[in-house]
Amino acid sequence: MELNSKSPTGPIETRWDRHRFNLKLVNPANKRKHTIIVVGTGLAGGSAAATLSELGYKVKCFCFQDSPRRAHSIAAQGGINAAKNYHNDGDSVYRLFYDTVKGGDFRSRESNVYRLAQISVNIIDQCVGQGVPFAREYSGYLDNRSFGGAQVSRTFYARGQTGQQLLLGAYQALERQIGLGGVQMFPRTEMLDLIVIDGKARGIVVRDLITGKIESHIGDTVVLGTGGYGNVYYLSTNAKGSNATAIWRAHKRGALFANPCFTQIHPTCIPVSGDYQSKLTLMSESLRNDGRVWVPLKKDDPRPPSQIPPNERDYYLERRYPSFGNLVPRDVASRNAKMVCDEGRGVGETKLAVYLDFRDAIERLGRSLIKERYGNLFDMYERITGEDPYTTPMRIYPAIHYTMGGLWVDYNLMSTVPGMYVVGEANFSDHGANRLGASALMQGLADGYFVLPNTINDYIASSKLEKVDTNHLAVKDAENQVAATTRKLLETRGTRSVDSFHRELGKLMWEYCGMSRTAEGLKQALAQIPALREQYWREVKVLGNGDELNQSLEKAGRVADFFELAELMCLDALERNESCGGHFREEYQTPDGEAQRDDEHYSYTAAWEFRGVGNRPELVKEPLTFEYVHPAQRSYK
Amino acid sequence: MRIVLHIWRQRNATDKGRMVRYEVPNVNEHMSFLEMLDVLNEQLIDKGEDPVAFDHDCREGICGMCGCMVNGQAHGPVPGTTLCQLHMRHFKDGDELYLEPWRARAFPVIKDLVVNRGAFDRLIAAGGFISASTGSTPDGNAILVPKENSDRAMDAAACIGCGACVAMCPNASASLFMGAKISHLGLLPQGQPERERRVVAMVAQAKEELFGSCTNIGECEAVCPKEIRLEVIARMNKDFLKASWSGRGALRDDE
Repeated sequence: MELNSKSPTGPIETRWDRHRFNLKLVNPANKRKHTIIVVGTGLAGGSAAATLSELGYKVKCFCFQDSPRRAHSIAAQGGINAAKNYHNDGDSVYRLFYDTVKGGDFRSRESNVYRLAQISVNIIDQCVGQGVPFAREYSGYLDNRSFGGAQVSRTFYARGQTGQQLLLGAYQALERQIGLGGVQMFPRTEMLDLIVIDGKARGIVVRDLITGKIESHIGDTVVLGTGGYGNVYYLSTNAKGSNATAIWRAHKRGALFANPCFTQIHPTCIPVSGDYQSKLTLMSESLRNDGRVWVPLKKDDPRPPSQIPPNERDYYLERRYPSFGNLVPRDVASRNAKMVCDEGRGVGETKLAVYLDFRDAIERLGRSLIKERYGNLFDMYERITGEDPYTTPMRIYPAIHYTMGGLWVDYNLMSTVPGMYVVGEANFSDHGANRLGASALMQGLADGYFVLPNTINDYIASSKLEKVDTNHLAVKDAENQVAATTRKLLETRGTRSVDSFHRELGKLMWEYCGMSRTAEGLKQALAQIPALREQYWREVKVLGNGDELNQSLEKAGRVADFFELAELMCLDALERNESCGGHFREEYQTPDGEAQRDDEHYSYTAAWEFRGVGNRPELVKEPLTFEYVHPAQRSYK
Repeated sequence: MRIVLHIWRQRNATDKGRMVRYEVPNVNEHMSFLEMLDVLNEQLIDKGEDPVAFDHDCREGICGMCGCMVNGQAHGPVPGTTLCQLHMRHFKDGDELYLEPWRARAFPVIKDLVVNRGAFDRLIAAGGFISASTGSTPDGNAILVPKENSDRAMDAAACIGCGACVAMCPNASASLFMGAKISHLGLLPQGQPERERRVVAMVAQAKEELFGSCTNIGECEAVCPKEIRLEVIARMNKDFLKASWSGRGALRDDE
């Protein structure tokens, strides 16, 4: 397969404008004759569904939660980037573009990133118009804060609940369309397969999670905004329900999966406390604006933090990266935390944590200002750990947070299955090998509000779409496959719960395909995962029936997909013989321990084509060219 | 510690349902309440019994999916806390806890502790939004919002739509939920054009969904995990009264 990114050429500043002009339009009166299926209601899916309905399309929208407002975008805390330069501190569209390409360690497509930076300013306007209560200054103007990987203040925020407020904005726009009759909403409905007819995506097979009924929906295009796959690791900051099933099953129907090994480990999460742990909780990166990260200078220092004098503390980020200090990008901060813990200088009971200390900030700014900035985060920390961060430094450790990889899409956000678009975290598009903080919200909303509603017209206007109904052979075929998988999971009646398998897979992945990776470890994982997957299908125990609300059955299908995806992630990590961004191969590092890229051999997007479970997928490369931001050793020193 | 649970088990919407007693012998004080239920479910699966169905997703107290009554209190005994953020250190060895689903006519039980909160979505669809179609808005700084207004709007906008307020209210009223949205949008300049229409439409929808009326009891405020204040209900009532008098918001009555 040849990949055509459809990326425009010429001056980067006008690429999106010129491209939009060349796209075909659909007459407003004709739009209502077309049905668009949108799966997922997070920032990307929700904003896309609402906007497509505003344009006049008939939209059918699906989510597995009980309401579109629950999508995991809601948990994003810190903020959303935009190149508004409201603070006159040297920001510009070009600088946001530059920071994002550099932050992604030169593994993203320049055209996409530039477009993202351009659109960032429209997003803020749109959200303000919808009533998102962004933080304001006393003058009434919008306030900003700084975030990792940038030296300007370009992050807009709504306390520590920015994701929630942006999602509620999109959700309310969506509900408005539901009320007006433009969107038909299907909550508690999970997509289990993609329907491909004559080589085009024409619909989806779903399971009604309450009645268990398996049925199909047909449309002219399918949009997946189903989020990332961090839950492969079992323990992550993702919601418990976040899963890869929609994108994985689309992958099995022909959509190439790009850069699966690019996962982001967030440096500031609450450490694991025991075996029963069901998820990890993130403490917003914005805390690094005022908090200082340190560990004791001495190994195995038994003293409580308050008794360690300043000269016996190692503020290792400030020491190693004087110009960015505590605000280095996430991959750098995470790796450094692992390094100091590996040296035996970790803190807390498990010795797998570092301190994030607000003592100096409280002295400088006063407790009330710190409370205003981070109050809800401090409360959350105290609720979970029982410790008061105003008086005792937080203990933090990195955790799986985001996946830069995802389904491959072209500049129009269309996957390799014609008619299937992928938006938000579910695609691979804009973040390269590492995403900067406050950029996920930006990308989700850029895709959903502004990119997809422009590009989707072109496909609809230029494709001949035969009328199809749910009696089509391909539809029945897909439904039968879904029913058979469900039956198989229910009939196995083995000895081990779904969760016990998922935990085991997660441990394997964290060990071999986590914060740092080696060829040897990845080969081990590639031997162990298929064996565990086979055991899963022999020994998994799912009780109950398929015709009722059955949460174990839902999980069982998702974990089955995680097994197959995990294998692909390890293979991709093994093939990429370099370190870049979140992908750190121990064999490839600079003398002072930073990621060592190999641009000569690996300046490409690795897109994988499915060849059957257990068979080696085929690697298709999309070469990356950099005309504007020239690849250099990423330095935050 | 050992915890004794009495949990409402109901196979489906039509099943009669009953309380069933369970014991969880090894509860760690650092577990969250939902992790304790995970442990119970693993125990049940091991014995071949149907695990308890309960809604949950983010487990960070923000998605609003989780929640049940714990000894008659929505989200349990700790104020300002969702069930997923409630940790077992607040209980002691041998405690007996009664878990029931949200009880309200507008929230029918689906299974065990899982209820249908679709009525909340329909309230928002009726008017809980600002009609700002994509692309139609001016520059963000063209709309000035006094900091106090934006802060108070944010206080109200913190609602997670979990339904605890309805479950705890003896009238099963959705007033705190509606008041929160009406206050959030009504405190901002962007929300003014639709302010009257919004409140009239939402109140009418609440009636249709069979939510009860508010009699200012305040149980909702006491259990709200985001500590939304009763004052939002006063704002809603004020807007409703004003809308009824001005006549602009009453368009819906003509339908």
